[in-house]
Amino acid sequence: MAKGIMIIVEQRNLQIRKVSLELLSEARKIADQTGESVVAVVLGQGIDELAPTLAASGADKVIVIDDAKLAEYSTGAYTSVLNKIIRKEEPQAVLLGNTAAGKDLAPRLAQRLGVGLASDCTGMEIDSANFLTFKRPIYAGKAFAHLTSNVRPIMATIRPNTFPVTPPDAARQAEVVKEVADIDAADLTAILKEVAVAASKRPELTEANIIVSGGRGMKGPENYSILEDLADVIGAAVGASRAAVDSGWKEHKYQVGQTGKTVAPTLYIACGISGAIQHLAGMGSSKFIVAINKDPEANIFNVADYGIVGDLFEIVPLLTEEFKKLVNE
Amino acid sequence: MNIVVFIKQTFDTEAKIVLDASGKIDANGVNLIINPYDEYAIEEGIRLKEKHGGEVTVVSMGGSRAQEAVRTALAMGADKGVLVSDPGLENTDEFGRAQILAKVVADIPHDIILAGRIAIDDGASQIAVRLAEALSIPSVSSVIKLEVAGTQATATREIDGGTELIEVSFPAVFTAQKGLNDPRYPSVAGIMKAKKKPLKSLTLADLGFGAGDLKMVINQYSLPTPRKAGRKIDGEPAQAASELAKLLREEAKVL
Ligand SMILES: Cc1cc2nc3c(=O)[nH]c(=O)nc-3n(C[C@H](O)[C@H](O)[C@H](O)COP(=O)(O)OP(=O)(O)OC[C@H]3O[C@@H](n4cnc5c(N)ncnc54)[C@H](O)[C@@H]3O)c2cc1C
Ligand SMILES: Cc1cc2nc3c(=O)[nH]c(=O)nc-3n(C[C@H](O)[C@H](O)[C@H](O)COP(=O)(O)OP(=O)(O)OC[C@H]3O[C@@H](n4cnc5c(N)ncnc54)[C@H](O)[C@@H]3O)c2cc1C
Repeated sequence: MAKGIMIIVEQRNLQIRKVSLELLSEARKIADQTGESVVAVVLGQGIDELAPTLAASGADKVIVIDDAKLAEYSTGAYTSVLNKIIRKEEPQAVLLGNTAAGKDLAPRLAQRLGVGLASDCTGMEIDSANFLTFKRPIYAGKAFAHLTSNVRPIMATIRPNTFPVTPPDAARQAEVVKEVADIDAADLTAILKEVAVAASKRPELTEANIIVSGGRGMKGPENYSILEDLADVIGAAVGASRAAVDSGWKEHKYQVGQTGKTVAPTLYIACGISGAIQHLAGMGSSKFIVAINKDPEANIFNVADYGIVGDLFEIVPLLTEEFKKLVNE
Repeated sequence: MNIVVFIKQTFDTEAKIVLDASGKIDANGVNLIINPYDEYAIEEGIRLKEKHGGEVTVVSMGGSRAQEAVRTALAMGADKGVLVSDPGLENTDEFGRAQILAKVVADIPHDIILAGRIAIDDGASQIAVRLAEALSIPSVSSVIKLEVAGTQATATREIDGGTELIEVSFPAVFTAQKGLNDPRYPSVAGIMKAKKKPLKSLTLADLGFGAGDLKMVINQYSLPTPRKAGRKIDGEPAQAASELAKLLREEAKVL
């Protein structure tokens, strides 16, 4: 009997990724309706202390696999371990965040398990038969596919910022199970030599609640400092259009759009961005869009909830001051 | 060194998406391009060949129009093409497609397999990694730098907020991310030469596949509700900025 919704929790240096908490929160809501249990699986080294947090965030059962070989994410070791855990637990569904690791791990795991995978989903529901169904953007958000699977477990990766995080309930208890890491030698063929994570005080673009983005209208790399000032007042991430990236003003990892990152923040502030179809594909599902552009005919105004027609070099610093006032209130 | 590059033909990024009478994505009249990430994969394959010798085989699965994509890759400098085309491909999901491509590649000598990080149409980012699993070989996703020495490669891959350096022995799969290289344009001479390069067509029966084994079911397709233009805030810059901050706090409640 297949049972439970399993969440593969992602952590780095004992920090649980926000998307994992989003998945736990949503799985909890669904489990409460279907009478299912929520199982959180966490891999790493020295991670015992995460179990209470996962319980508080909605897990009924926490499976901890603590091993030096799992200290850093690797496709092989993680697939090896999770394949066995999933076969043993037989969950109904396995959910992962659509992060760099999730995107790399989920397809390999799905193929090994011989199951389907709904990638990069922005919606999850239960149908009348209590089956999970998923909604995923295709053509970079220009359409959606609604899909499900008859094969168990159904696997899905969910886009960060899709579900809200429920505040943790410290009184919640979970069964905590420690499993040994049973890694097949054949899965250790790729060797991780080095991890370089740039320390940034700003949130990761795909997980940010607010993004301040600059395009060709920024006129040069040095001017991004005005966006950074704005971003830092409200804890936002900074993004860019492809025109800015192609001009060499920002690295590609900051690019938002069809050939960059797809983001869905609560608030997206587009400065000096015209609103090309490929840019909109990457940010069109933001909850609120603000546009600052000197051209009243710019396409970005057709999708913006609020727009200011004007010179961004004048407006942005003024807005920073206004936001400071709000934050200080 | 034997290199296999997987390429998918996708809709032009300018394409507007509409549904046909049966509720499926309508491909009529849509301009098709090589998936942008696959161009980096082709370029990397050709560069590896130029440096280390060997042969580049380009493999694509799709309708008959996908032949154009393969010819373009041949014009860029790839040596051979394989096109898997079959009406039965309709209604195959990622699991099945990876099995089919794994079967194709099993018959081609391969040290390095290159693919795109993601196809910008279905955007599943699954095929290349599933293919590696089906072949029981390692894969490195989202590669921005690839260095090859002997039978080993060191790949720099993009992760959230940074990079990783990964060492693998061949055969291995790598998926290309923007930044890996600058793809070349086919030259006129290249286009002429491409016409004479071998292009093999395969059907599912040729590969020993029958009816699909679907793991996923698509219930329906839908289109997003178009966003409406909102409010333009007029007035002097200082006034507009103040008004915007107020609306974000009181109306949108996002600050
Ligand atoms: C295959 C393909 C993939 C693509 N992928 C992406 C992608 O992933 N992401 C992406 O963004 N694009 C992508 N593009 C490019 C896209 O088509 C546009 O060229 C690009 O988005 C334009 O960037 P922009 O809006 O910054 O520049 P522009 O279109 O040049 O717009 C600049 C805007 O700034 C305004 N402006 C100028 N000065 C000021 C000022 N002082 N104050 C206020 N406003 C000012 C102007 O009015 C103008 O509207 C892709 C294109 C192709 C062909
Ligand atoms: C139930 C179901 C039914 C489906 N039915 C259909 C259908 O009828 N018709 C249809 O067209 N699609 C169908 N699909 C979608 C189809 O499965 C995907 O297009 C396919 O799996 C490729 O995934 P992707 O485009 O997301 O590629 P990704 O995994 O994002 O692509 C990554 C890389 O893999 C390589 N690659 C991907 N696809 C190919 C290819 N075809 N040839 C060579 N290399 C490739 C490329 O290098 C690409 O950059 C269906 C999917 C499901 C779930």
